[in-house]
Order: sequence, then C-alpha cells, then structure tokens
Amino acid sequence: MIALLIRDMRLAMRAGGGFGLGLAFFLIVTTLVPFGVGPDAEILARIAPGILWVGALLACLLSLDRIFQLDFEDGSLDLLATSPIPLEGIVAIKALAHWLVTGLPLTLAAPFFGALMHLESPGFSWMFVTLLLGTPALSMIGAFGAALTVGLKRGGLLMSLLVLPLYIPSLIFGAEAATRGMAGFNANAPLLMMAGITAGSIALLPFAAAAALRVNLR
Amino acid sequence: MSQMKTNGTQTRSFGQRMNALWEYANPVKFMALSGKVLPWIVGLCALTLIPGLIWGFFFTPEAANFGNSVKIIYVHVPSATMAINIWVMMLVTSLIWLIRRHHVSALAAKAAALIGMTMTLIALITGAVWGQPMWGTYWAWDPRLTSFLILFLFYLGYMALWAAIENPDTAADLTSVLCVVGSVFALLSRYAVNFWNQGLHQGASLSMDKEEHVSNVYWQPLVMAIIGFGLLFVTLLLIRTRTEIRRRRLHALMARERMSDA
Amino acid sequence: MDFSASLTADTLTVTRGGVPILQNVSFTLSPGQVLILRGPNGSGKTTLLRTLAGLQPPLAGRVVSDPETVTYGAHADGLKATLSVEENLQFWASVHGQTDITQAVEGFNLAGLVHRPSANLSAGQKRRLGLARLLVTGRPIWLLDEPTVSLDVASVALFADAVRTHVAKGGSALIATHIDLGLKADSFDIGPYKADPAKAPDSNDGFDTDGFEGAYL
Repeated sequence: MIALLIRDMRLAMRAGGGFGLGLAFFLIVTTLVPFGVGPDAEILARIAPGILWVGALLACLLSLDRIFQLDFEDGSLDLLATSPIPLEGIVAIKALAHWLVTGLPLTLAAPFFGALMHLESPGFSWMFVTLLLGTPALSMIGAFGAALTVGLKRGGLLMSLLVLPLYIPSLIFGAEAATRGMAGFNANAPLLMMAGITAGSIALLPFAAAAALRVNLR
Repeated sequence: MSQMKTNGTQTRSFGQRMNALWEYANPVKFMALSGKVLPWIVGLCALTLIPGLIWGFFFTPEAANFGNSVKIIYVHVPSATMAINIWVMMLVTSLIWLIRRHHVSALAAKAAALIGMTMTLIALITGAVWGQPMWGTYWAWDPRLTSFLILFLFYLGYMALWAAIENPDTAADLTSVLCVVGSVFALLSRYAVNFWNQGLHQGASLSMDKEEHVSNVYWQPLVMAIIGFGLLFVTLLLIRTRTEIRRRRLHALMARERMSDA
Repeated sequence: MDFSASLTADTLTVTRGGVPILQNVSFTLSPGQVLILRGPNGSGKTTLLRTLAGLQPPLAGRVVSDPETVTYGAHADGLKATLSVEENLQFWASVHGQTDITQAVEGFNLAGLVHRPSANLSAGQKRRLGLARLLVTGRPIWLLDEPTVSLDVASVALFADAVRTHVAKGGSALIATHIDLGLKADSFDIGPYKADPAKAPDSNDGFDTDGFEGAYL
C-alpha cells in the first residue's frame, strides 16, 4: 500500500508540476475574480470564502481524471486489480495521493490567496481549517467519479458533470463554516456536517469506486 | 416442534409468492403483461388528468391575494411531486438491478430518467412563471428551488452516463452505482441547502393536515391532477421501458449476427 | 510462497462485449506444466486469459484457483515511463510483498539498464522489463498474453529460460503465443470451444430470443 502511495506521489512529481499546476490554477482563479467583480475591498472580503472554496474545488477537479486513467491505459490497473492489495485499498490510496498532491497544497496556500481577496486575519485560519477538513472529501468523491468514467474515451467533461453535483454539500457547509467563523458566529454545525461528509466519503466511497472499477475492467 | 413447522411452511409460501412476483422481471413476461395493461392505464390517466386539470383551471375560484396565477399549482405541484418520486423509483430499480440482476429493472430506471428530468424542468419553469407575480422575481436561491435545480443536475449526470457507455450491461451497472451514491448526496444537498438559506417558498402544499395549507376547493382537483400525473408517468414509463427492451434485444441480436459472421 | 498451485477451468463460458465467445472450456494447469494456448486472432484467447485471471466474470462454469497464486501478463506492460527500470520492478515487488529484484534483473538481462527511465527503453527492452515483473510477483501461475511480441531471438531465449526455471520450481504457465518457444509444453487449442451463437446459453443480457416474438408489437 505504501509502495503504491510512494509511486503515485513520485509519478505526480515527475510528470512536471504535480503540485504546481493545481496551485497555479487556483492562483489564476483568485486573480480573475477581482477583474470580474471590481476591486472593492469590502465586496471581495465578503465573497472571499466562497471564491476560495470554488477555486479549490475546480483546481481539484482538474487533475481527477489522472487518478485512474493513466493506469488504465498502460495496463497497470489490470495488474493492480490482480495484486494482493484489495481494490478498495487501491482506490483509497490513490485518493490519498491525489489529496497530498492537490488538496493539501491548496489548503496550505489558501490563506495567502485569501490575502489577495482582502480576507481579514481570522479568515486565514478559518479557510485553512475548512479546506483541511473538506478537501479530502473532494479527492475521494473525485476518485469515485474517475472510477465511473475510466473506460471512456472523453471522460473528462462527463466526469465534471457527475462529480460537481456531488461536491455541493461539502461546498455549502465548507463555505458557510468559513463565512460564519470569520464573522464571529458559531460555526460548529456546518463544520461538523462537513467533517461528517468527509468521514463518510472516506469510509464508504472506496467500496462504490472499487465496484465501478471492477465493472470497467471486465 | 409443530409450531416451527408451520412457520417454515409460511415462510416458504411467502417466498414462493415473492418469486411469482419476480417472474415479471423476465423481459418476455414483462412485454406480454405491460402490453395488455397499457391501454387501461392510458384510459385511467386520461380520465383523471384531463378532468382534474380542467376542474383546476376553470372551475376553482380565484384566490383573493393570488389572483389567477394560483392555478399553475395544478401543473407545478404534481410535476414537482413526480420529479422527486421518480428519482426514488430509479433508486429502487437500480438497487434491484445491482442485487438481483433483473434487466427490466435497469431498463426501467433508464426509461424513467428522461421523464423525471422533464418533470423537474416543468416544476422549475412553472415555478419561475409563478414566482414572478408572487415574489416579483423569476428565480430565488430558495432552498426548494435550489434543491430542484440540484436534482435536475443529478438527472442530467445520470442520463449523460447512460449515453456515454456503449456496453449496455456496463452502463446499467455504472449508472446504478451512480444513482445509489447520488441519492445519498442529493439528500445531503437538500439538508445543506436548507441550512444555507431559509427561503420564501411556502411549506409543503400537501400534507396530512392539508386544511392548514390549502382549502378543499383547491385541494380536491389538485389530488386528482397528482393522480393523473402519476398515471401519466406510469404510461410513459411502460412505453419507454418497452422501447428500451426492444432496443436491447436488437442489440443482442446484432451482436449475435456479428458473431456468426465471424 | 507455495509453488504447488494449480488452476482448473470447469466448463467455462466466456463473453466479450456481452456475447459468448467460447463455451464449455475445461482444462487443468498443473504445477510444473506449460500449456500453450492456440487459436487464430480474435478467437478469444485474451478474453479467456482475463477470465482466468479473475478480471472478468465467466458467464457459466467456474475457475478453480486461488487468486493469490495467479499473475497476468497482458499486451500492456503496466510500466511507468517516468520511473526507472529499478523503480518499476521495485514497485511491483513491494506490491506483492517481495523485496528482491536481482533475480528478475539478471534473468532478463536488464542489469545495464536499471537506472534508465523506462521512457528511454526500446520496445523489446520494455517487453523484457514487463516480463521481469512476473518474477518479482513470486506467484506460481503465469497467464501470459503474447509475451514474445517485439522480442528478438536472444530475448525469446531468455524468456524461454525464465519459464523453464519457473516450472522447474513447480510453477506453471499458460501462454497464448504463435511462435515456437522451444519449451517442453502441452498445447491447448481453443478452436473446438468456439461458442455456437445458436446453442450458446444466451448472453448475460438475459434477452433470450426463444418465445420472445410473441411478446412483440
């Protein structure tokens, strides 16, 4: 299992900009928003949590199709499926690798990008906490979407259509918790809901994704 | 001892009865039965839907504060009810396919999706048309409206996945898994959206204590329209499932043809 | 690893794209045996191998084997272009709970290439690396699909040697190939098992044509 994690991480690094691409995309989204909305600091600060969350979500989506597609094409997935590691474990590890390469860097960078959006200082820690608890669900749900579409020629667009609606609960609770938190309200309820979705996704979605992979391999 | 024996027989007979029910999941039996039943359902549908709508549109009083526009509920409420129930039906048939591998079940889910999506769209559009005179806006990010928009997206994704996969069995498997997982997330979205915005939309128009919401004059034709919409759904579902079964069989025949050529 | 595992196909019917392609396939691959799978292109060799490897379910019949004893070698080698030869092998070794890759490296004459990224290998060298993977899995039953594609004569000999060593230890191999490997092997022709469209148990789509007409139109 650890060997698989190390391999996936190594592949992401060597493929040129494993960490970099998602982050760069995130930066561009945060840069574009003020151009569209105007430089008013008050408005930007108010929409910052939402924009950062949507940006993180889109950045995450970008690299999803690589979770299984390359392994499917070069035959590795067949070999992994017949290896001693259960397919559910393979899915979980690959989602973890995806999170380490995209979700975690996004979480770490979010406070800095928040500064671009005139986020107030309590907002930094709230963005960090909500993204830290929320992005693992994004990777796991994404792995499920990737497993569904792995056999398809142009699965990328379809996968976005399938995955984005599944992101809605995490997005709502995540952005809501950040907004409430930085306004000084009690943000426990949305935060717990989001953490619950993350925990539930990690616990159950590997089984659904493995079932989808089995169907796509046969 | 004798007690246990009786129990045993009862379980068996119940099991047998259940098996008899499952036999209709066989495509041949389904085609035969649905072909016979269909004209009756079409008739029943016409008998409830048309009078229900006419009654609702032309023979109910105008509400003092709503005006004429209130009559759109005779389309809006039934289509919204159907939109949700069709998804639930797809969830059930998807589970049946995943567990018992009955092809008719998978094809019924496929056939229902387009109807469900259309119902969702009708509910959204009639809602927008009604919302303009009522709230002064076509669209509000109200929990109910938003939930329906999200439901529409789920239908869209489900149908897109069916359309994208060539092998029918693979498609049935993957869409069923999507439907099950999607249902959980659709439910979560519903709660999330409620949490996110308390809206303008009135509470459920129909509930057990209906007097609280809508008076009898409106309620009776509404129930009739809902039953009519339900029967309309069953009619369309049967026709579409029959078409899907034929298409599926055509697929099987063509595959076999290719094989004997090879 | 217990090397005395066997694999039995018991009246197997396999499908491709939902249509039966081979039916009633029965044979046993015993420890120490090499079985050459013969049949023209498109006759279902790959489908049969994938079914035996557990990657797809049979329509009828069963495969009797412990999945932990079988390894599958496909057309695609499952190599990562950006990883070196050593990293590729090391990865598959650790996935299968093995650590030693020296035997695999030497057996397929890869010693001079260990640090080269596999993107820079020739087609034949990649194939050798793909076959070396079989050794690091430590599994006794090899199911191989056209293993000698793009190998030169010397490399084919290396491969034949590897198979000989493998069966001498009690392992076994089922190989779909068109060339003579110079091995002491039995031959299994799948021609007679071609599914008859008229008689095949209807494909797993359940759409039996019998008695269906009456229900139509």
